[in-house]
Amino acid sequence: MNLSIQPVVSGKAASFRDFDVEKIRSDFPVLHREVNGNPLTYLDNGASSQKPKQVIDRMTRYYEHEHANIHRGVHHLSQRATDAYEQVREATCNYLNAASSREVLFTRGTTESINLVASSWGRHFLREGDEIIVSTMEHHSNIVPWQMICEERGAKLKVIPISRAGELDMEALQGLLNERTRLVSVVHVSNALGTINPVEEIIKLAHQHDALVLLDGAQALPHMKVDVSALDVDFYAFSAHKMLGPTGLGILYGKESLLNSMPPYQGGGEMIERVTFEKTTYNELPFKFEAGTPNIADAIAFGSALEYYDELDQNELIAHEQGLLAYASGRLSQIEGIEFVGTARDKAGVLSFNLKDVHPFDVGTILDQMGIAVRTGHHCTQPLMDFYGITGTVRASFAFYNNQSDVDALVGGVEKASAILL
Amino acid sequence: MSFSIDEIQDQIIEEFQLFDQWIEKYEYIIELGKNLPDLDDQYMRNENLVPGCQSRVWLHAELEGGKAVYAADSDAIITKGIIALLIRVLSEQPPESVHEAELYFIDRIGLKDHLSSTRSNGLVSMINKMRSVARELAEVA
Repeated sequence: MNLSIQPVVSGKAASFRDFDVEKIRSDFPVLHREVNGNPLTYLDNGASSQKPKQVIDRMTRYYEHEHANIHRGVHHLSQRATDAYEQVREATCNYLNAASSREVLFTRGTTESINLVASSWGRHFLREGDEIIVSTMEHHSNIVPWQMICEERGAKLKVIPISRAGELDMEALQGLLNERTRLVSVVHVSNALGTINPVEEIIKLAHQHDALVLLDGAQALPHMKVDVSALDVDFYAFSAHKMLGPTGLGILYGKESLLNSMPPYQGGGEMIERVTFEKTTYNELPFKFEAGTPNIADAIAFGSALEYYDELDQNELIAHEQGLLAYASGRLSQIEGIEFVGTARDKAGVLSFNLKDVHPFDVGTILDQMGIAVRTGHHCTQPLMDFYGITGTVRASFAFYNNQSDVDALVGGVEKASAILL
Repeated sequence: MSFSIDEIQDQIIEEFQLFDQWIEKYEYIIELGKNLPDLDDQYMRNENLVPGCQSRVWLHAELEGGKAVYAADSDAIITKGIIALLIRVLSEQPPESVHEAELYFIDRIGLKDHLSSTRSNGLVSMINKMRSVARELAEVA
């Protein structure tokens, strides 16, 4: 049986020190630069991951030797580029264990993937009085598109509450689900808290009520493999740039039957239906949803990012990141005045915190002076910040190429920030 | 006698030359932020809030004896320290001078990054608002 998600291995099973992180780091050119006179400590992976030279080289090679517009050219370069582009769709399909590459749509990013579903599926299927469920911990990208379409269609947006630890209230979800629920759209891994949500259970419950499920996987795939078939998820959205790939490319996985039932997203919706020539052009999946020249170079380079992940041992990767998380949590908790935000039992490599009575912006500014890149602010999750009664947090987010020195630098930086600011 | 905007900027640049290390500079800015009086509650209103994604800035301005007088506050102490410097430079100056002032000291004391658009700390918007308020005050005067 396929595991939908690789199990989260505790730090005990495999020490993060066993992972050959130094060899991996040598693949990432940017990790060897200095910032403000210090070696870069890059802990803003939740915002965007750095790129290995394999990905950078692939993009360069494409532009130097292989570039042409795809799909409609009869000449050699166009056919080569088309093959390369479509091979990455196939590779993405395999990576996600989707049933067919027709279920893999290329978009600009997670945000566009969600907007595509909200706009195309929502406009076509939502009726007055229907309900969409999101959660308190959603990124604005998984709130606003639903608010917009709910307003347009007279549907209602319901919100799953969370606990102080940052875990979904699953009992509350059961109470929210009813015959009016059309779709549950929740984050797989929270960008602000790191919480890994119980998505199998959410999908099971939603399907019992004939509701669809969309998962915002932007922060999940960088940390774990996801099997969309085993999960039986209806839509899965994520971004290439958070998982070693280039910026400007996203993926929307959708079940083929669903995607087939949805009208095109771009080109003017209803208008396309009246323009017979356009409709016949974009009639088939996945092209129906990819109007215009696609992001060819970035998609092709993303193929190299997937290959990079495939060469890593997933269990070792998870153990390494969990080890970093445990080590960082342990050391930071020794600092006076530190308050962690998000202490769920199942967490990916995200550590959100505040120093008591200190604005996260001030902490981030001091860390930046020391060459430490973290994110500060509300992380595009204002309703979540409101829930905690804070304006923001300092967020350190780990990737598998981070090492113990990165954590030590972070701890040193936060200690210094604490000394200066408190 | 009072100093002109550029004279005050030059004084600040000279003061900052004493700092060898970033940490001393930031400790000084934080000190300035702590010493800047909190903005009176009556001015902590939404209409005085200057947009900023990360730290929030409140700005109040009024005309006193033909001069623009500013008071401001922020929820982040480093932002507030830089505000203290901006107030020292621009407050109690003729409004038309504020409107036309070229603020070169920020760059010279190595805080240019704080005024980049990505910082989103409200300082750029604050300076813009100080200038636009100065113009309005100049018209009133």
